[in-house]
Amino acid sequence: MADLSVNIAGIPFKNPVIAASGCFGFGEDYEDLYPVSRLGGISLKGTTLEPRDGNPVPRIAECTAGMLNSVGLQNPGGRAFVEDELPRVLGKGTVLIANAAGSTVESYCELIDLLDASPVDMIELNISCPNVKEGGMAFGATCEGAAAITKAVRPRTKKPLMVKLSPNVTDIVSIAKACEAQGADALSLINTVLAMRIDIRTRRPVLRQNVGGLSGPAVFPLAVRMVWQTANAVNIPVVGLGGIETWENAAEMMMAGAAAVQVGAAMFWDPWAPVKIIDGLARYCDGNSIRKVSELTGSVRPW
Amino acid sequence: MSYLQGSFPIRKKAELAPGFFRFDLECPKLAEKASAGQFVHIRVPGFTLRRPISIAKILPGKEGLALVFEVRGDGTKELSRLREGDLLDLMGPLGHGFTLLAPDAKAVFAGGGIGLPPLLEAASHYRRPTVLAGFRTAAAVILREDFEAIGADFRLSTDDGTAGEAGTVLPLLDRRLAEDKADILYACGPAPMLRAVRDLALGRGIRCELSLEERMGCGVGACLVCACKTAGGMKQVCKDGPVFPAEEVRFDG
Repeated sequence: MADLSVNIAGIPFKNPVIAASGCFGFGEDYEDLYPVSRLGGISLKGTTLEPRDGNPVPRIAECTAGMLNSVGLQNPGGRAFVEDELPRVLGKGTVLIANAAGSTVESYCELIDLLDASPVDMIELNISCPNVKEGGMAFGATCEGAAAITKAVRPRTKKPLMVKLSPNVTDIVSIAKACEAQGADALSLINTVLAMRIDIRTRRPVLRQNVGGLSGPAVFPLAVRMVWQTANAVNIPVVGLGGIETWENAAEMMMAGAAAVQVGAAMFWDPWAPVKIIDGLARYCDGNSIRKVSELTGSVRPW
Repeated sequence: MSYLQGSFPIRKKAELAPGFFRFDLECPKLAEKASAGQFVHIRVPGFTLRRPISIAKILPGKEGLALVFEVRGDGTKELSRLREGDLLDLMGPLGHGFTLLAPDAKAVFAGGGIGLPPLLEAASHYRRPTVLAGFRTAAAVILREDFEAIGADFRLSTDDGTAGEAGTVLPLLDRRLAEDKADILYACGPAPMLRAVRDLALGRGIRCELSLEERMGCGVGACLVCACKTAGGMKQVCKDGPVFPAEEVRFDG
């Protein structure tokens, strides 16, 4: 049996499959199907310092091979996250990653202080949410913004800091390097791609916010390309996500350079997707004399 | 409450009215967990997002579930092309259903269009429910025989007056509430109708439950896509609902 474990910024994961932020809640909603302990980790729902009601509905739209969402970081706030929500998922045998978002440097820093004092294993710094007006993606859209926010929060926590990058940029590599230079321990990419659908009968956008974030298989090749470019340019681990729905996708993403993967939208149509991916990777490794799944990382042989 | 996921055969398919379909599914494992007002989340071949469809009836002997849906877009159109014997990938039963009182309680049901099917299972719990049903036109009337077969006092309205009373279901409800007391009122339909039903019920101090509809993602409470504002804060239609006490629901967006 192949060794599926991976290590990201000093944190051991039993396997390289992590539930993507916002798609898995706190895991309890899928416990009727399988225990949370099957997963390598969970990136928990995006949290901000203050509670947010999120965006008006409809918050979701369908498209060929994907979906758009515009939830808008609905969450009960950092304190309620730590005191009320986190305890529900503690001790369930999976790595817990807090996903931290904000609108100002100060609010990010205060939130990081709360999370640093909490039992989460790792912090994913979300500078790439396309669904909130201020902040979020504004930090992730430029090298200066990404560097500034990473620099500001870095000294606030000893926990591993993984910066989640936006694909809605011209040059993701320079942004990745800027985060690395300011002390990021890892990177995760890609967040969703800003997109739009229109109902031609009503001439209204399907989403109440007009635009939202595209995810699902439609973005997979884009994510593979960005992970490949980024992983080749930095010396910190890259966690790959964006449209992964099968173990073949996960293997491809790891070959592009990902140390681990996150699975999001696919869970909506196949709630078993993460488990199938873990089992599929194990079979693939066993069948190809791969002793450690981490051997896949960056093993693409580019032309 | 717990749900499962699996593929189950369509045993019977019927077109109840143009664009309105009924599937009777053989799914005893789901049926035995199901209660009135819950829904199932259906994967449609070729589409990413599952479609939430309410449970219209738990079939005799809990052998399966009857689902009734309206063709509204490409996904439900594709769903309507499935045939008897085809397998349907379901997650369910999901959500919180209706509160049922003693069978001899005076229960009143108000449904608009495709809002009728979610009320059928709850209505069949009562000895003599009153069912107020509003449709666009006579050709769109569905489930009348089913409600009459369970002994319901079935009162009909259509927007164009081609069957029953002309107008919406609201005047029928007003009249029924003036005639006799009601221990509980259940409603499902378009938002303006639900808002009016809620105002009528709360104004008269009648216990009332509303079944809401919203575009969903995961269907199990994880993704926060189908949010609704309630007196108790933000709730999820899929997990906390789809049935909510009327006094909790905020219609101000």
